[in-house]
Amino acid sequence: MDLSYGPEAEGFRREVRSFLAERWQPADRRGDELREYVREFRRAGIGQGYLYRAVPARYGGSEQPVDVIRAQVIREEFGRARAPMEVGGNGVNMTVPTLIEKGTDEQKDLFIRKTIEGDYIWGQGYSEPGSGSDLASVRTKAELSADGTRWIINGQKIWTSQGMQSTHMFMLARTEPDAPKHDGITYLLIDLDQPGITRRPIRQMTGEQGEHTFCEFFFDNAETPVSWQVGERGQGWYVSRTTLKHERASIGSADGLGNQFRKLVELAREMGRLGDPLVRDRLAEIEGRVLSHRYTSFRLFSCAAVGEDPGPVQLMMKLLLTETGHDIALLAQELIGEEGMTEPKGAGGRGPRGLRGPNKWLDQIMGSLGNSIAGGASNIQRNIIGERGLGLPRDLAMQSER
Amino acid sequence: MRFHLTAEQVAIQDAVRGTLGECWGMERLHAFADGDADFDPASWQALMALGVGALALDEDEGGAGLGLLDAALVCEVAGAAAAPGPLIGQIVAALAAARSAHQSIRALLPAIASGDTVVTLALDSALVQSARSADLFLADDGAGGLRLVEAGEGVVIEGVDSTDRSRPVSRVRFETVTAHPVCAAGDPLVDKIRDAALVLIAADALGGAQHCLDLSVDYAKTREQFGQPIGRFQGLKHQLAHMALDVEPARALVWYAAYAWDEDLSDAGRAAAMAKAHLCEIYTRTTRAAIAAHGGIGYTWEYGLNYWFRRSVHDRAWLGSPARHRARAAELADW
Repeated sequence: MDLSYGPEAEGFRREVRSFLAERWQPADRRGDELREYVREFRRAGIGQGYLYRAVPARYGGSEQPVDVIRAQVIREEFGRARAPMEVGGNGVNMTVPTLIEKGTDEQKDLFIRKTIEGDYIWGQGYSEPGSGSDLASVRTKAELSADGTRWIINGQKIWTSQGMQSTHMFMLARTEPDAPKHDGITYLLIDLDQPGITRRPIRQMTGEQGEHTFCEFFFDNAETPVSWQVGERGQGWYVSRTTLKHERASIGSADGLGNQFRKLVELAREMGRLGDPLVRDRLAEIEGRVLSHRYTSFRLFSCAAVGEDPGPVQLMMKLLLTETGHDIALLAQELIGEEGMTEPKGAGGRGPRGLRGPNKWLDQIMGSLGNSIAGGASNIQRNIIGERGLGLPRDLAMQSER
Repeated sequence: MRFHLTAEQVAIQDAVRGTLGECWGMERLHAFADGDADFDPASWQALMALGVGALALDEDEGGAGLGLLDAALVCEVAGAAAAPGPLIGQIVAALAAARSAHQSIRALLPAIASGDTVVTLALDSALVQSARSADLFLADDGAGGLRLVEAGEGVVIEGVDSTDRSRPVSRVRFETVTAHPVCAAGDPLVDKIRDAALVLIAADALGGAQHCLDLSVDYAKTREQFGQPIGRFQGLKHQLAHMALDVEPARALVWYAAYAWDEDLSDAGRAAAMAKAHLCEIYTRTTRAAIAAHGGIGYTWEYGLNYWFRRSVHDRAWLGSPARHRARAAELADW
């Protein structure tokens, strides 16, 4: 075992550092001036081969060979310098890889550059009120217009993050109602700025509702050109399975949990409970899982760097993260005690935010519940670990699924 | 950057697994468990012939030049096979002897490394594995240091009925004995040697827990009730998924603790405490869950799961319970 990245990587690190020292000096720029500065900085980062490494140069990316160590060094150094990396979001994480794999030249020209420069913001149109874990049962319908040039869309999508800001959506719509359910879906891109679309923020259990929470979308004869269909008609389910494998492994994926744990220790200190043997025992028990998650992320990264398959453990990371988040929530709730009877000023949409005391942990206490649902519910994760990881026979109800 | 096993490390595990498969199958384990011996010469010689005792020693000391990590990988396989003792004592004693500044200890090293001299751990507790067969005891010196005590005069051994049938213990008391000092109180080697033992116990627990999980998964695929394999039922499937979620990510905790020990990282002691606490906790949970997942057959003596359950009881208590090591881990942190 060796946790150093090696001399080649350290040489590269110096290169990235000197680039950042020279090019990332935001000083006291604000507003539009800062936005323009960031845009220019990102262009320079692309020019160096640091950003959008998987995106072809002709669409604005830096088109670099896969190198997870370099990618990790870039993340670390940009993080240290607090410099902006890629714009992120569904567009960069899902639309762009899907288009690179499955899009037409016209679609790539139209969307990739605008997406990575942050002009287009993409919402995900997958879940529906009747289609959660059973996503392939989507019922939002798309039918061809009489002249065969447009899809006419009717139905409802839900749980779209960044929904209020989204300019576009990638969606799964049923186009062949008589086909087996996985084979009757088409993957469509759609402009959200049109009269047939209504969007509404969902008020969450936290009370939050507004610009930065999830949305639901209603489609009433909304339209999109047939040329914006990705992949073959009826093959949308398989198009949606395209994921970004390029340099996906990262050590930083475990840092979030580690930071949360450090804050939990601080909370215990702040509440005068850090000397309590029961609290110390519970903290150390949780840390066992936090460190297991961290060191396993080293393991996944190490396998990715040499192209080896790490095996079933990669299927466990999401559930481990979720379960550890619940443990942290339960101890935090114990620690904040009576403070938990009040919400921080302005929480849950109750007006302007104010000073936040220990009760700010209510965010994590409630938010950790969302992790059991978003991005693959925990019971589905357990099925995946059992069936794909351990090779147990599939559930009878799902035997026909793929 | 490398944080997964090399092909050579996988080969070491395969070799140990293969050797134990030949000389330590279920039939042999059953016979040993119901017998009176506290040591099994055949499997001991087979393992020592592989160089297991000297794995972590430098090449100029007759070792393989590998590290505690490689020794932990061996102990993991031994844990999966419920192999007899005192393997961990032997490996730890070799590490202690190789690092000792005392010439008399260095002279003992070749026979320890080859396994001709059998060494067991007598640290913290009077309950000692393979005590009736050991030639040397790696023990506290009563003043905070470590010593190697020679078997024979002054070593009083009282037989007990051991819970762990694969590694029987006796109650040992040292009176006026012949002993060789390894290191004195205050020498960093004292903690270093204890930490090595903690990491190897964690590795034993990892192997045992993985074995119980594997048995449970295999059983769930073949056992039929209501006309189908029971592993198809989501209730059991989710229990098995949680067992895997316990065991597999914790593997990296053992790797890290061994790596930190080998590299003398500043958090090595803490990592050893964390690994011992966490893996022994998981071993307890996994053996209990495995017996529950099997149903009636798991509760029989014949099927053998009880040997791993008993090992989990032993590993958990050996050199301090999980709660004690969590308390140590908390002390060693800045909180």
